[in-house]
Amino acid sequence: MRRAEIVTAIILGIFSAYLMWKSGEAPSWDPSVARFDNIGMIDGEGPASGWWPFWLSAIMLVCSIWIAVNWWRKTSPPSRSDEVFLDAYGRRMLLLVGGGLIGFMVLIQFIGFYAGMFIFLFYYLFFLGRHSVFRTLAISTGTPIFCFFFFDVAMRIVLPKGVTEPLFLPLYKIFL
Amino acid sequence: MIEIVSALGDGVWQALQPINLALAFIGVVVGLFVGAMPGLGSVNGVAILLPFTFVIQKYTGTATSPMIFLAAIYYGAMYGGAISSITLGIPGASTAVATTFDGRPLALKGKADQALVAAAVASFVGGTVANLLFTGFAPALASVALDFGNPEIFALMLLAFATFVGLGGDDIPKTIFSICIGLVLATVGFDIISGEPRLQFGDPLDLFPATAGLIDTTGFSHGIRFLVLAIGVYGIGEMMWTINSSRGKITMTETTITYDRIRLALIEYRKKAWKGTIIGSALGFFVGILPAAGATPGSLMSYGVAKMTSRNPENYGKGELDGVAAPEAANNSASTGAMLPMMTLGIPGSPTTAVLLAGMVIWGLQPGPRLFVDQPDFVWPLIGSFYVSNLIALLVNLAFIPIFLWMLRMPFTILAPLIFVLSVVGTFAAYQNLFDVWLMVLFGLGAFLLRILDYPLAPAVLAIVLGPIAEPKLRQSLLLSDGDPSIFFTRPIAGPITVIAIILILLPLFKIIWTKVKSTRAETPAQ
Repeated sequence: MRRAEIVTAIILGIFSAYLMWKSGEAPSWDPSVARFDNIGMIDGEGPASGWWPFWLSAIMLVCSIWIAVNWWRKTSPPSRSDEVFLDAYGRRMLLLVGGGLIGFMVLIQFIGFYAGMFIFLFYYLFFLGRHSVFRTLAISTGTPIFCFFFFDVAMRIVLPKGVTEPLFLPLYKIFL
Repeated sequence: MIEIVSALGDGVWQALQPINLALAFIGVVVGLFVGAMPGLGSVNGVAILLPFTFVIQKYTGTATSPMIFLAAIYYGAMYGGAISSITLGIPGASTAVATTFDGRPLALKGKADQALVAAAVASFVGGTVANLLFTGFAPALASVALDFGNPEIFALMLLAFATFVGLGGDDIPKTIFSICIGLVLATVGFDIISGEPRLQFGDPLDLFPATAGLIDTTGFSHGIRFLVLAIGVYGIGEMMWTINSSRGKITMTETTITYDRIRLALIEYRKKAWKGTIIGSALGFFVGILPAAGATPGSLMSYGVAKMTSRNPENYGKGELDGVAAPEAANNSASTGAMLPMMTLGIPGSPTTAVLLAGMVIWGLQPGPRLFVDQPDFVWPLIGSFYVSNLIALLVNLAFIPIFLWMLRMPFTILAPLIFVLSVVGTFAAYQNLFDVWLMVLFGLGAFLLRILDYPLAPAVLAIVLGPIAEPKLRQSLLLSDGDPSIFFTRPIAGPITVIAIILILLPLFKIIWTKVKSTRAETPAQ
């Protein structure tokens, strides 16, 4: 945990510095404005566009350094901890659950929300949750059906269906 | 005063007519479910059902009945937002973000029944207090709201952030970092004053010709919306943290509900949540009537002030009943408060009241100072319906508690994937943009890793909600004063609020100095 604390502080510090650099970016349509020209006050106009994000990012950078100092002095609980940041269970969970979520998102791009939802729920319930096939199928088919009627039919929020769109055309004719 | 009571009596009687009562009931139930669905809030319910009100107007021949229907949806949604915050840990809408802070920990402790009862009763009390204030002081309060200019509203925002820094039991640099990152994320998109693009991150893969265009990052141009971060943090990050910290052995809380448990929950509410309810009811209404504020800042500020005035601020975020009651009383109180400038000045205080205002204009009504004089047949039955809808919402909410708790009794291996699915679908439903859904998942994974290292994430959510209000108010104030920051100290309302906020921000420093002085004094006699 101690190593993770300082590594995170360094990453967040670099990220803060990047945000400062990015906040000072001039608009591409005005070549006369130099980088960081927009982080101050403009006479009669008040703060320029980059003023607020730049100085907030600067405070973030100071906080990252403060976190690093606390790590050095061992004053924060994670900097004193001997525990592992992510043990074998945590890494496996991140891979299976987090990876599953990313997989779900990729599926949505191609086969749409409803089919993707079915596959994700089947994967989670059957393989990770070890539920029976009957229960798995009941939930993984019931949830998309409920969502279709709630979002597409009742709320008129049409969720993307990807290549499965033609399968929904008869339903559109009936319900929409 | 007698005239007001008499007009209100007539209004309540009109609201109790079978058709209006039925519309209020249907509106509350619809609002409750819309509010409970992650990603959807009162504005979705009111906007989507606005066309139905033309049918109602045609059938009833009056503009009052459709308005009662829409106001009931608004009320129901305010109650409903707490349900998903407490049972699933996903804020149903921005107004329920603060309810998640303590509602979810209470549910994980097996006290979901207490949290749900406290949310329902606090909502009822908040709504009733606001109705009374609305009835008695509508025109006077509308003029007070106009005294709140940009510096005053920014000072209030500063106070909300200061309560997290000064009174949070968390690591100070991590809390400040969390607030700042929320505020910075809120600036992504375009600067609303100059129109210049800000922090629109390009695609890093564009650096290599083979991978150029693989990721479409143009979604940053519309900014990062608060629900993307809130659902990511609570729907994905918090859920993964729970799975990780429980080592997969978690079974959901064994909460059951009986009439006896509801009675005990009410006793517990009376003992522990009355203070938060009072704060939320009063502050929520007041923030609600301010133009461009609304129920979300009202609930977040009430949470902050309840924490600030608590004897045990360190318990907030770990399952404090007052931490549920304050934002819930506030969001209901603010929703009524937001109606006030809408009806008396024609200024909507929130997106939902903007839709309601559109409805009123479509029905041929002219909101403004003369509405109470020219249209008493519309105004008083509507105000009467606020009281009736509030009571219906309480009863419906209490009646549905067993169903909400049933969700919690599901095995965690069923509940967790359902929450993930609802988070993904809810984010898409809110903004209809897949880029936002990707961003939400990535925020969730990041939040999970930061949560392990004790980074408080609630301040980031608070900041991304209040950021789009705070920044323009700060910049417009400085514009007003030619860049002179003394404008926040010299104005009679903004001055004291700013000073209190600064004291709160410096409070941790005072604490460090005081601890050092005490330890030095303790060491001196020994030497």
